Amino acid sequence: MLRILHDTKIDFIRLWKITTVVTLLFILPGLLWIAVSGYKYSIEFTGGTLMQVRFAQAPNIADVRSTLDDSGIKGAEITQFGSDIDYLIRAQDPRSVAQQTRGAESIATEIQAALTKRFGASAFTVQRTEAVGPKVGGELKQKAIYAILLSFLATLLYLAWRFEWRFGVAAVVATAHDILATLAFIKYANLEISLIVVGGILTMIGYSLNDTIIIFDRVRENLRRRQKVTLYDTLNRSVNETLPRSVLTHATVFATLLALAFLGGEVLRPFALVMLFGVVTGTFSSIYVAPPLLLWIESKWPRASTEAGTASRARNPRGAAVTMSR
Amino acid sequence: MNNNIRNRLLLILVLLVASVWALWPRTVTVRERIAKTGQFHDTTLKSVPLKKGLDLQGGMYLALEVDDAKGVVANKAEAIDRALKVVRNRIDEFGVSEPVVQKVGTDRIVVELPGVDDRARAEGLVQSSAFLQFQITDKTQAFDKALARLDGVVKQGGGAAVASAADTTKAASPLTNLFSKSDSGKAKNDSSKADTSVATATGGPFSKLIQPGQMPGEYLVAKNDVPTLQGYLDRKEVQAALPPGKSLHWGSEDLSAGNAAYATLYLVDSRPIITGEYLTDAKPGNDPTEGQFVSFTLNNEGGRKFRTETGKHIGDYMAIVLDDRVMGRPPVIQSAIGTRGQITMRGAELQKTQDLALVLRAGALPVPLKIVESRSIGASLGADSIRDGIHAGIAGVTLVVLIMLFYYRFSGMVAVGALLLYLLFTLALLAGLEATVTLPGLAGLVLSVGIALDANVLIFERIREEMVHGKTVRASIDEGFKHAMSAIIDSNVSTVITALVLYEVGTGPVKGFAVTLMAGIAASMVSSIFVVRTFFLLWLNRTRGAQTLSI
Repeated sequence: MLRILHDTKIDFIRLWKITTVVTLLFILPGLLWIAVSGYKYSIEFTGGTLMQVRFAQAPNIADVRSTLDDSGIKGAEITQFGSDIDYLIRAQDPRSVAQQTRGAESIATEIQAALTKRFGASAFTVQRTEAVGPKVGGELKQKAIYAILLSFLATLLYLAWRFEWRFGVAAVVATAHDILATLAFIKYANLEISLIVVGGILTMIGYSLNDTIIIFDRVRENLRRRQKVTLYDTLNRSVNETLPRSVLTHATVFATLLALAFLGGEVLRPFALVMLFGVVTGTFSSIYVAPPLLLWIESKWPRASTEAGTASRARNPRGAAVTMSR
Repeated sequence: MNNNIRNRLLLILVLLVASVWALWPRTVTVRERIAKTGQFHDTTLKSVPLKKGLDLQGGMYLALEVDDAKGVVANKAEAIDRALKVVRNRIDEFGVSEPVVQKVGTDRIVVELPGVDDRARAEGLVQSSAFLQFQITDKTQAFDKALARLDGVVKQGGGAAVASAADTTKAASPLTNLFSKSDSGKAKNDSSKADTSVATATGGPFSKLIQPGQMPGEYLVAKNDVPTLQGYLDRKEVQAALPPGKSLHWGSEDLSAGNAAYATLYLVDSRPIITGEYLTDAKPGNDPTEGQFVSFTLNNEGGRKFRTETGKHIGDYMAIVLDDRVMGRPPVIQSAIGTRGQITMRGAELQKTQDLALVLRAGALPVPLKIVESRSIGASLGADSIRDGIHAGIAGVTLVVLIMLFYYRFSGMVAVGALLLYLLFTLALLAGLEATVTLPGLAGLVLSVGIALDANVLIFERIREEMVHGKTVRASIDEGFKHAMSAIIDSNVSTVITALVLYEVGTGPVKGFAVTLMAGIAASMVSSIFVVRTFFLLWLNRTRGAQTLSI
């Protein structure tokens, strides 16, 4: 039997002060940066036109840019997309978006006409176009925010029903931490907020919650079994007991995500990156955010025997004695 | 116990057969319209019944809404329902296999055209109102008379942005050539009168952009001046100053004279002598001398009306106005026309003729529509995406299998066997639900391989713990499954919740991701728990009283 990290007795929770500082150092500058300069949003959210073009041979970018400028498509962003013959052309500035309302396709047609005029029709093929009116973009933005809040609320309700409220709150705060950390990561990695990235965030929420649930499930069980042990020790013990599982599951998920990031193509890469980070922050938060928080909640609102109804699943008669200082 | 195992194996076998059956390639008939001949052509081919999304097979997605800019629509909801029918008719005739035309929300029509890569054509087809009117061109020179007034209005409103006068004078000489070349035919010559009126008006910011054409009500505008003139025409005060009872339409054909190209502009009687609502049929056709044309048939009532009206207008020119644009050059009415007529499309491609016949047949849109979102993906990009997805899938699964075998040995093999069943079940479920597989869906599938194994990892770790505590192998396995259950269910439910939210909120591709994730969770409950358990039971049975388990 090959065992890694078998029967460990690491005092994980002891480090909570250091890890809190570390995570704040990661999150706060990121949020500050977002507050100052905001995000890059994809066409889906801002409205505008995107065109993915494959040239027969690598073109001169300056040439492409000036061709578009000359034909009145000002401020188009041209970026390489994967190989050196694939390019993304984005016309996203407010003026272009306004023009879009007159017929969402007009700019794509203009871009294509300008490129045909300059390079000839056989020099490139249009692989993909997206043209989104500002109204649709606005709607989607609202929907994305609504989606994140909704899934948040739904999982909170589920946790509240399945565990007692202390666990639910701790798990949700841990998830909130993960969302903030991921938002900061997206800024650091200079990723664009697109629908697929929002999908990544939502999947990450589910995944990180899984992790917290697995540990809390063990905590619940251990509290039931060993009523004399403090919550602090129970938490540490539970984290240690679930450690082999965590390592193995994260390894398999990480492996599939790496495969997606490297082989899955340009469109899926942002998703894979967000999820890769999600696995890291999810693991972190289920050890260093949720359990310390549970301890803190316990010290503020100790479990009382009158609460038997809700606390019956995970009772800790000595809960009142548990404090954060140790 | 033996019975129990047999039943379990039987159930797994049934699931296996059902899955294979669900995924067995079947013959499908693909109906396509051949561009050259315009005929429908059916091809039958065998394929795995998994529906691919537009992002994987290439195609177009269009979202349409009522265009408010072109007039207020009284009852939007009702209008969009009628528009939906018309768009559906058109798409059905367009000849795409498995198109989707549906209403989303209360005010939006979504059109999905798999395999279509001609963006401009598809958009034109969906968006063109196909509102057909026959209008008599103006013979009263109402426009010429109004030019002076229009000049005044434009000057008042600031006509600063006008192109320099030199342009117009330069343009004058080729124009005379144009006249001398083609003046012979049926075009009644009003040029002498028109010339004088232009002469009097020359110098005005509006009138200097306009030259008289070759028939009553026809005017020529140098191509370069078209945006300027359109700018003037868009002004409210200019529109108010246009001759009453008349309307102004651009022509579809340009005229060229020497190096200069001219757009045509027609002033016609606002009252149409007949509209497209009487149309019963329209067919594309070809004539050696006339070129492409669309012949149409009117119903009896329309035919009567048309005959009377054209009878009154013999010798006049009749503009065929489609969506505010005069098609071709207005022909002269030589005699009363009955139920049949044709629109000549000189020089147009066959496809354009076909499309015009199609939209006329399918009916006019009750309201103008605008495209609020449009996506098109080339088939080759879709094929690339599938290839990338499969590569990532193979690499991901290989890595995962290696990890499992390395760590859990025999039990890992059991889990890997279950994993293969898991993939089969998930795909079968997607086929059974007729779900659409999209690119994010492929990502979901690859990702779910990692997540599906989590259940096995939880169970195996638990079995190990029980064994460490000194329990027998059989007891450890029983306990392991029992205790891991609550964690597995809780974590799956939380994933399902996020997947449901994604499904609710996402558009096509992301919906595909959510569906795959949910199908994956359902399949993993069967494969990771039921199948793996059965394998263990089978193994226990074979090695009666085994003292060790390779896990």
